[in-house]
Amino acid sequence: MSKRKPESGAKQRQQTSTSRLKSLWQSHRAVALLSIRKLIGEPAASAMTIAVIGIALLLPTTLFVAMNNLQILSEGVSESSRITLYLADTLSEAEGRSLSEQLLARPDISTGAYISPTQAAEEFREYSGLGDVLSELEENPLPAVIVLSPQDIDEASGAALLTELNALAGVESAQLDLEWIARLQRFLDLAQRMSTALMLILALAVLFVVGNTIRLAIESRRAEIVVVKLVGGTDSYVARPFLYTGFWYGLGGGVLAWLLLSLIMLALGGPLAALLALYDNQHTVHGLSLLSGLVLLTGSALLGWLGAWISVRQHLAAIEPR
Amino acid sequence: MIKFDNVSKRYPGGHQALSQVNFELGDGEMAFLTGRSGAGKSTLLKLIMLMEKTSQGEIVVNGKNLARMPRDQIPFYRRRIGVVFQDHQLLFDRTVFDNVALPLQIEGYPKHEADRRVRAALDKVGLLKKEKMNPMALSGGEQQRIGIARAVVNRPQILLADEPTGNLDPELAAEIMTLLEQFNQVGVSMLIASHDLSLITRLSHRILTLHNGQLINDATYPVPPGAGRRAEAERCPGSAQ
Repeated sequence: MSKRKPESGAKQRQQTSTSRLKSLWQSHRAVALLSIRKLIGEPAASAMTIAVIGIALLLPTTLFVAMNNLQILSEGVSESSRITLYLADTLSEAEGRSLSEQLLARPDISTGAYISPTQAAEEFREYSGLGDVLSELEENPLPAVIVLSPQDIDEASGAALLTELNALAGVESAQLDLEWIARLQRFLDLAQRMSTALMLILALAVLFVVGNTIRLAIESRRAEIVVVKLVGGTDSYVARPFLYTGFWYGLGGGVLAWLLLSLIMLALGGPLAALLALYDNQHTVHGLSLLSGLVLLTGSALLGWLGAWISVRQHLAAIEPR
Repeated sequence: MIKFDNVSKRYPGGHQALSQVNFELGDGEMAFLTGRSGAGKSTLLKLIMLMEKTSQGEIVVNGKNLARMPRDQIPFYRRRIGVVFQDHQLLFDRTVFDNVALPLQIEGYPKHEADRRVRAALDKVGLLKKEKMNPMALSGGEQQRIGIARAVVNRPQILLADEPTGNLDPELAAEIMTLLEQFNQVGVSMLIASHDLSLITRLSHRILTLHNGQLINDATYPVPPGAGRRAEAERCPGSAQ
């Protein structure tokens, strides 16, 4: 029990505003603790509700994490997007190198390298495993190329750059694989929207679950509510324990969702990393960041509170002493 | 303290519970409200508690016109009135102590102050030793005394009681009435509904008699021998037990 200074005007009905605040805080704390104790006191019923909320929250959270990883992955891909200029046979190696220098001087090109047909053949031999095929040919069929990486490229600027490069003298053709980046982007946008929609739907489900649970709690405590109203309990006083109960349900569901997600990440992390390694990708799989986790907990607690609030507004007013 | 001015109450469905009731209860006064069941005693108390609204007329309590009280003020108004019920309306999910402490918790009293007051109230009704028990384990008379302790714990100006002795044997009933009288002696205004005429006529307080929703008699007992009592008995046959 905390120590408090005795109130000087305790005999009077009027209390000072600080002591009112203090006792309001005291009462909030008592109600919050009492409502959590009640939840723990009925573990089976509470666990069911919390499990439903947790699973409902798990789905959008998992989607969110998956989207996040894909986004990071695709950023890495589009940053490493390269333009390949296939040079005409008529261009000499010196001319090719000077073209490469010129292009590198442009502000929208960050790196550039000239690769002679001989170099290209060597690389091909090394990486493709089809070196024997190449050596059987009488002459090197590979053209000289300039490999450029553009700076800050998006779909439109990439296309413009490509047109410009295509028009350069001595360039046979310029290639930038924009299309699949664009498709990936579209796919990600779509998935983002779907996960947002799903999140809203499941948030609604959480509201209903909490609302219904609170409705039952209100019903079962009808007698108490009547007595409290009779001895002068305000609506907000009567509502308070139910709002806290909703808050705890929501928070519990959020914690459970985070926990389940961590388990999923633990189970999938290894195989996923192995899969990415096969594609020579340095990407590490991210779980829920601390910040996102806190957002999840805050959001779920607020959802629980809101569900309780809606239920309380609907059902509490109907219980009046008669 | 309480003033009824031409008050009528008609319930939805047409039942006329009270018709043009006029009376005034002074500050610190104690009065009984009697009449047969259905005469309108409970309705009258419910109107004072704002559990029901008047259909006509005006009730003024402690200078406040109840008809003009906004809904959000009702809880604060009720805190100034203690109520004792026939079925005592105790909560069986908590101890005697917590039952009595409820009005103080609602008002947000600091814990040490609340504890002190609860113990004082329990001491007054003689239940201090049973504060940790569940009310379910106590007798009807003791439960009623818990109800009284809860009604007086925040020192209301007015105490209303609806058949506080209705479920008790005569001896316990007399005990409860004596207890209520003690609170009146420290200045609490009291209105007690009871159909137990033999009990209340023995206590010399004002008696308001309702019959079919009308206030038909307003007298203080004991009356001069042979005067009012016969008239009362004739007007209200069967209400004396």
